[in-house]
Amino acid sequence: MANAIQLLADFGRNFTLSDIREQRVDLAFCKAPKEQAVRLIRELRDDAGYTHLVFLTNTDYIEQGIFTLTYMLHNYDARHTLGVHVDLDRNAAEMESIHNLWAQAATYQRELREMYGIRFPGSPRLDEDFCLEGWDQIPPMLKEFDTAAFSLERFHSREGRGSVDPSEHMKTLLYPTHSDEPSSGGS
Amino acid sequence: MDMQKYALGPLPNDGLSAEDRDLFSDARPVPYEPYPVAVVEKFVNWVRANSLWLLAFGTGCGAIELNPLMTARFDAYRMGVQMRPTPRQSSVFIIGGYASVKTLKRIIRSYEQMQGPKFVVCLGICPINGGMYWDSYNTLNKFDEYLPVDLYITGCMPRPEVLMAGVLELKKKIKEGRADGANRYIENFEWYKANQKRVIKDWNMPDYNW
Amino acid sequence: MFEPNPPIDLSSGKYLKLWQGPQHPGITGNMSLELITRGDEVVDCKTHVGYLHRGFEKLMERRTFIQNFPVVCRIAVPEPTFNEYLYAAVVEELTGIESPPRAEWIRTLNLELMRLASYLMWLGGIGAAFGQSTVYQWTVTHRDYILDLFEEMTGARIYHMYIVPGGVRGRLPEGFEDRCRDVLNRVEKLLHDVEKVLFNNVVFKTRTKGLGHIPKEMVDPYGITGPNQRAAGFSRDLRKDAPYLVYDQLEFDLITATESDTYARSWVRYLEMHEGIRMLRQCLDRMPQDGPFQAKMPNVLHWEVPAGETYIKAECTRGEYGYYMVTDGSEYLRRVHVRGPSYTHAIALMEKLAVGTNIADIAGLMVSLHTYPPEIER
Repeated sequence: MANAIQLLADFGRNFTLSDIREQRVDLAFCKAPKEQAVRLIRELRDDAGYTHLVFLTNTDYIEQGIFTLTYMLHNYDARHTLGVHVDLDRNAAEMESIHNLWAQAATYQRELREMYGIRFPGSPRLDEDFCLEGWDQIPPMLKEFDTAAFSLERFHSREGRGSVDPSEHMKTLLYPTHSDEPSSGGS
Repeated sequence: MDMQKYALGPLPNDGLSAEDRDLFSDARPVPYEPYPVAVVEKFVNWVRANSLWLLAFGTGCGAIELNPLMTARFDAYRMGVQMRPTPRQSSVFIIGGYASVKTLKRIIRSYEQMQGPKFVVCLGICPINGGMYWDSYNTLNKFDEYLPVDLYITGCMPRPEVLMAGVLELKKKIKEGRADGANRYIENFEWYKANQKRVIKDWNMPDYNW
Repeated sequence: MFEPNPPIDLSSGKYLKLWQGPQHPGITGNMSLELITRGDEVVDCKTHVGYLHRGFEKLMERRTFIQNFPVVCRIAVPEPTFNEYLYAAVVEELTGIESPPRAEWIRTLNLELMRLASYLMWLGGIGAAFGQSTVYQWTVTHRDYILDLFEEMTGARIYHMYIVPGGVRGRLPEGFEDRCRDVLNRVEKLLHDVEKVLFNNVVFKTRTKGLGHIPKEMVDPYGITGPNQRAAGFSRDLRKDAPYLVYDQLEFDLITATESDTYARSWVRYLEMHEGIRMLRQCLDRMPQDGPFQAKMPNVLHWEVPAGETYIKAECTRGEYGYYMVTDGSEYLRRVHVRGPSYTHAIALMEKLAVGTNIADIAGLMVSLHTYPPEIER
């Protein structure tokens, strides 16, 4: 949709949008500041026809110390999907809640609270357990949480489980090592 | 049987609140003792082997192959196997693949509510050593640390034919009197409980669910 | 519209809290509903999920791109191929690989067979939920014939691991088309029987008509997709709106209804099964018989996918299934999010619809939304 960029340009008059990128004709991404994001999403929903919240998720950029929330919105009439990114400070991750815009948003926010520890003040049932029960570690989806080490420590692996480096394994399969001694010639 | 070993007094039920503690039994389970006459025990085992009632609790993805197993094509009813909706009526607990920590709590509860004789069958590779989810933070790797297992059926997914072979194998074990998982559970009760409480951090149920 | 159900004073003695699941025959998969009832009327409902949580999104972050391909199909147990296709499509878009036309046809065939199998399982479920266990016996058996086809095609009944990034894993076996047509005829015959036994059954009609009505204005705010949405009168289907694979070359009709109750949703799915059979026959007739079935691939053992992000979606039996992936140019992906349609159907929607229904209808209502727990918690 050619006018998706045009639409974002129009919105750019009232919002400071950055990183506008068109991935496909029917998919574009943009980045909005944290303070404006919910107002932008509300206007996209009410005025621009992006009535369907596809999902809300988070990406952890531990190197830069930020979380990037992605609000994926879809416009059924224009058949266009728009992802709105919002950067949060990783150490004090808090975001305005959108549970009053879409019913399923509260569930997504509950999941993000549990998996990343992001707070959404006002969202219903936010602190209830979602997938985990009696979890006593840091939120598991954080990049610094090492799931393999945790699993070995808590769930004890059974002996006899091995793993091979795929490239080494393929090398030995395809090119069997020759013995150093020259073959004994003759037949 | 050395009853001295089991006379450890009532269960503490530490996880329950004070008012809830009165509502649950704190009696310890007692192991099953075989009939003193070997022939009788053998006959009883034969009877048990031919009436295996499965608990209808799809704890993991293995439950998907139980549908074909129980319907017209493979029809496990002809082997004396049928599904029961409640643990009180069933004798075989099928762990359908991986068990997450949250499900383990429900599995323990259902298992302890089952009346003896009872058997546990694990489907798939995941209860054996974690399978594909060996590094997952939420699935168990060795299921037999938490509940006694009588039979493993490996594969991902185990086919209905393998399940049927597993049922026959379980029958053989029961007839020979080797399916003694329930007794092992009670004899090593403290060890199993310690393992269970090590992974279930919010233990809020009685120590034995009568 | 999104106000939570009013709080209920359990100590008043008027209400009873009742758990349906996880160990309950009237629940789809391993999840549970916490019902609060007054008499046999449900006044509040809370969905509890997470019994099947395996942390897929975390596991995929620590596996290479080719190691992920056998993992993804396990996300939605009764319908794995949509995960395989979407994962392959996402990776293909980020790397710029194009799968050859023959692979696209085989993928379509695979996905539509899966859709038919999944709908058959669902049809048995809705029959069993309303006391028609005969239908359950019939449909699960016929689903098994389709699983036989899958076994022939891919080597596995449930987890096929067949659609790889770049194409499919093999060509169709010899004589597959005839055997597939044979199974389709049998399923079609079964469907006519089911229509007589189930859809014309007065008990089924009486119990399902008016049950779980979804008003039209609730569809978008609740994120309802798929047949649940089409039964409310929206003609939206990703296969038509954003055609992927070869759906733009196939002829099929969009099925919609207006009543938006359990019966309408069941009827929409029933007719979609017929459309699916029609599409499968076209696939078999028009599929190219030669040509490559895999694109030229780089060395997948050291496969570095360029940095980028994308979202790809497909119409699965329950609605919009999507994969959102962020890569950072390394051998591992940065983030993947799986959007399962049951996420909103089983939680936000179910909690709303359950209020005011009868306890006995909860199981049927749940099945009529067609939810699979493993894709909610992943």
